[in-house]
Amino acid sequence: MEDLKKRIRANKLRNYLFLIIGLLATLVGLLLLCTLLIDLALDGASRLSMKFLLSFPSRFPEQAGILSAWVGSFLVLLVTALAAIPLGVATGIYLEEYGKKNWLTDIIEINIANLAGVPSIVYGLLALGLFVYFLKLGESILTGGLTLALLILPTVIMATREAIRAIPNSIREASYALGATKWQTVQWHIIPYSTGGILTGIIIGLSRAIGETAPIITVGALTFIAFLPSPPLTPEFPYFSFQWLMDPFTVMPIQMFNWVSRPQKEFQLNAAAAGLILMAMTLLMNGLAVYLRYKFRKRVKW
Amino acid sequence: MNHTRKRKIKESAIEAALLVCALFSVFITVSIVFILSYESFGFFREVPLRDFFLGTQWTPLFANPKFGILPLITGTLLTTGIAVLVALPLGLLVAVYLSEFAPHRLREIIKPALELLAAVPTVVYGYFALLFLTPILQGFLPELSGFNALSPGIIMGIMIIPYVSSVSEDAMIAVPMHIREGSYAMGATKLQTAFKVVIPSAFSGIAAAFIIGISRAIGETMVVAIAAGGMPNLTANPLEPVQTLTAFIVQVSLGDAPHGTVAYKTIFAAGITLFFMTLGLNILGFWLRKRIRELY
Repeated sequence: MEDLKKRIRANKLRNYLFLIIGLLATLVGLLLLCTLLIDLALDGASRLSMKFLLSFPSRFPEQAGILSAWVGSFLVLLVTALAAIPLGVATGIYLEEYGKKNWLTDIIEINIANLAGVPSIVYGLLALGLFVYFLKLGESILTGGLTLALLILPTVIMATREAIRAIPNSIREASYALGATKWQTVQWHIIPYSTGGILTGIIIGLSRAIGETAPIITVGALTFIAFLPSPPLTPEFPYFSFQWLMDPFTVMPIQMFNWVSRPQKEFQLNAAAAGLILMAMTLLMNGLAVYLRYKFRKRVKW
Repeated sequence: MNHTRKRKIKESAIEAALLVCALFSVFITVSIVFILSYESFGFFREVPLRDFFLGTQWTPLFANPKFGILPLITGTLLTTGIAVLVALPLGLLVAVYLSEFAPHRLREIIKPALELLAAVPTVVYGYFALLFLTPILQGFLPELSGFNALSPGIIMGIMIIPYVSSVSEDAMIAVPMHIREGSYAMGATKLQTAFKVVIPSAFSGIAAAFIIGISRAIGETMVVAIAAGGMPNLTANPLEPVQTLTAFIVQVSLGDAPHGTVAYKTIFAAGITLFFMTLGLNILGFWLRKRIRELY
């Protein structure tokens, strides 16, 4: 009897011990994240200023800034969003609402699951062969944007599918009962009700795109760009221009990579400052996604 | 009547357009395979397969180039191995804690916070590995060189924790409650139930999580490109600098490798090696994950 009591006590003790070990294991990652932010802030905060945001890169670390980098990141992301959102949402709608259970749908599904696991640098090689040399788009903003669009396409598709799957069948049946066609049901019910989930997925995808470095290096984005792309609006007729799509560019993570790989301490401070801004953008976008998910989940009651 | 027919045509046109969009993703995969094979075919015409797979020196940019891929593969396996040693135990512990022990509210906070680890730009992790972790590790290990496999390996490991933990956790949550209740009824504690009942039941899902984590580590680029050095090095010593498949592609892309030269083709040869390594793992992971869904 005594022996049994001892064993029960020991088992309970182990159980409590694991509560602590599990919590500690969970905190390792979060602690690293905090350390990383503090380290970046300690190194980079002194370099943060309006001048840093509005200067071009330079040979002199004190004069260097990230103007061309953030403008480039913004434009590339614009192209990415315009390409990935329609394509991804359309694919998601097809797979959930139209696709029948047959080999074609199976192939598309397996294929998307596989694409999600392809290393980002392989997308870079694809873009180098396809966009730069085969389609002759050059090392341009268009190439960069399309490359990242391919990269985040699986994320957008999966988010769309998940959001659509959450809509109960009764909604579809009610719509059909009123004589609506399939597309009318999709247009007036499925898309509006899944907007929250889709938006969350898009933002997560774009936040991944903004930090991607490897595929952009492979397509040959220059690292020293001391000029801005041509403006989209012009003083003469027809008042707008798409020349900027074909201009060379750099993006935030590339600028940071360039500064990290230099031996001088001053450039590394610049890298930390650029990293701080990059982290702020990523965290902001992820925070927004979490907030949207929470808000839409609370609002929708079937 | 006319109206109905118009409506039917419009409906089929929309369905066809959506199908074309869906097929585009298949086109992406086909073009990846085609472009990688096409460009590396040119490479393998100049370099025999034997030298490529069995050669122990990788010096493609030298005057007397040698094309043995082994040093890049061992470099990749070394950094991946270190990452796996960090990520698998921690990821599994996190998954067990979150699915079996943590109170619901805490889980709702910790899960999105952990996902952030996978959202941090990898170039920032590279900065952190090179300028923060390596100097600290050098305090304990004086023989550690400035560029090494250890520090980026550890950082990559922490980076892939959320991939490992979230898939394992999904698998554990899918284990039906009555299996746990059976265990509790026999007098087992939560800990015993978690490790002796839930983990074995969720085994194929957890294996899938591990495989996804390993595949991520193999394909990771910027952390190793920044902090592991640029020296192809046939070694198993984590304290030395190494070069991975991915870091080599970055190194060549940064320099000037004109279209059609052997240097240009080497990155596709390295790329196709990388692609098939991750493809094999991804297919295995996909198959294992599909099995959990069918199990219950």
